[in-house]
Amino acid sequence: MSRSAAPQTDWTPDQPIIALKDVRKSFGHLEVLKGIDLHVMKGEVICIIGPSGSGKSTLIRTINGLTPVTAGSVKVEGQEVHDDKLDKLALRRKIGIVFQQYNLFPHRTVLQNVMMAPVLVLHENKREVEERARSLLAKVQLSGKEDAYPAQLSGGQQQRVAIARSLCMRPDVMLFDEVTAALDPEMVKEVLVTIKELAAEGMTCVLVTHEMGFAREVCDRVYFTDAGLIVESGPPKQVFGDPQDARTKEFLSKVL
Amino acid sequence: MIAPFFERLNKTAGLNFSPFYDAYDWGRLLEGMWISVELIACIIAVSLVIGVVGAGAQTSKSRVIRFLIAAYIEIFRNTPPIVQLLFFYFGLGAITPQVDMGGWYEPIIGSFGWAVIAIGIFGGSYNVEIFRSGIEAVPSTTTEAAESLGFSNFKIFVYITLPLAFRFCLPALTNNIISLAKTASLAYVIAVPEITYTLSSIWSDNVNVPEMMILLFAYYIILVAMIAKGMHLLEKRLALPGYGQ
Repeated sequence: MSRSAAPQTDWTPDQPIIALKDVRKSFGHLEVLKGIDLHVMKGEVICIIGPSGSGKSTLIRTINGLTPVTAGSVKVEGQEVHDDKLDKLALRRKIGIVFQQYNLFPHRTVLQNVMMAPVLVLHENKREVEERARSLLAKVQLSGKEDAYPAQLSGGQQQRVAIARSLCMRPDVMLFDEVTAALDPEMVKEVLVTIKELAAEGMTCVLVTHEMGFAREVCDRVYFTDAGLIVESGPPKQVFGDPQDARTKEFLSKVL
Repeated sequence: MIAPFFERLNKTAGLNFSPFYDAYDWGRLLEGMWISVELIACIIAVSLVIGVVGAGAQTSKSRVIRFLIAAYIEIFRNTPPIVQLLFFYFGLGAITPQVDMGGWYEPIIGSFGWAVIAIGIFGGSYNVEIFRSGIEAVPSTTTEAAESLGFSNFKIFVYITLPLAFRFCLPALTNNIISLAKTASLAYVIAVPEITYTLSSIWSDNVNVPEMMILLFAYYIILVAMIAKGMHLLEKRLALPGYGQ
């Protein structure tokens, strides 16, 4: 099935695929995001790090419109996400998201979890989707688990199903919201390996993570957030090796 | 063999189970049982549809719709089903149009129809609350995942929320369905020829009230046990492997 034409924008692939400008978000009186500027180029792997409560998850959730913004602009492929007239489906087929708690559909098998969205939402041919789903499950090392139910899998396996489920929609961008935070240490690695492979294939990835080693090794650029602001950003070598801001230094000295 | 036994029982012990040796009463009993089962099935079906639609409508953004659902629950959960039945049959029944049957007139909705409507609506008011509790037990993170995959609100409800909510509320639903199966016997008061009505006409003819009462009890015990067993099997079949263990 060919992709339906996106509404006309003057976006070209050499411009940022994701661009946030002065994004603000308040929950009641609490301002969680206080003017975030961030951009991601196609094929880039971006890590967002920072202390708990700094607004990282809220930030990543504004990118696919799950959390509405109070002010500012979020553009994906040149299209404003927080526009009432936006075709949400068109946006969401471009952006996959994986959550901390996997959030698989507990009443469907692994294979059905992966197949559901392309079949029900995009109305793709069932046989083609199944073929793609099986090969994606093989890619995340879950061949043989197709007929298992989510609750029969370990956390790491469930998280890899969640990744395959998102990939089956053939997104342009993948968002990862602390995907290893709920996992036992020995399962963190298997999930990170999957993401690393994805990054190596050129998938544009935005990760909120506490895995500093992973961020250092895999990311093209790192954003450090604190108290709703981006304090520092740059290549991992620079942010980890030679942090400029006092808050970055303090945070890194605690976690590294 | 059965008929002679019950005939002898009547003659020697004076226990008159007339339907088991009298062909006419046997026919009446079968018909009563069949209409009772039909009535119960229709009532449960109506109450389930109302439950699902009502619980779905309760999540509506429109305040008017939410108010109407709340008012419906308040009215039909807080009044006795027999009062509702009489209200529908004698109140609304009196003002519904009549159909020309070629010489005589019959109301467009008969006593069976009114019993299904009245008791179905009564049971539905409970089912809305039961389904609502099930819907609220579905984690918002699960529906959020579906939303992120591009599911519309309607598709989220049909493919994610409802199947999970149904499983979560099945034990409570079983209780209400059993309760409804028993409440269906109230249709007796508006002369629906179901089992209670039929047996009461048999015992008026034969003056064998205690025997027919025993039969009535036995009928409901067996029927409700079968419904409970069926619901239990459904629960087992729908159980999610590994979930909640």
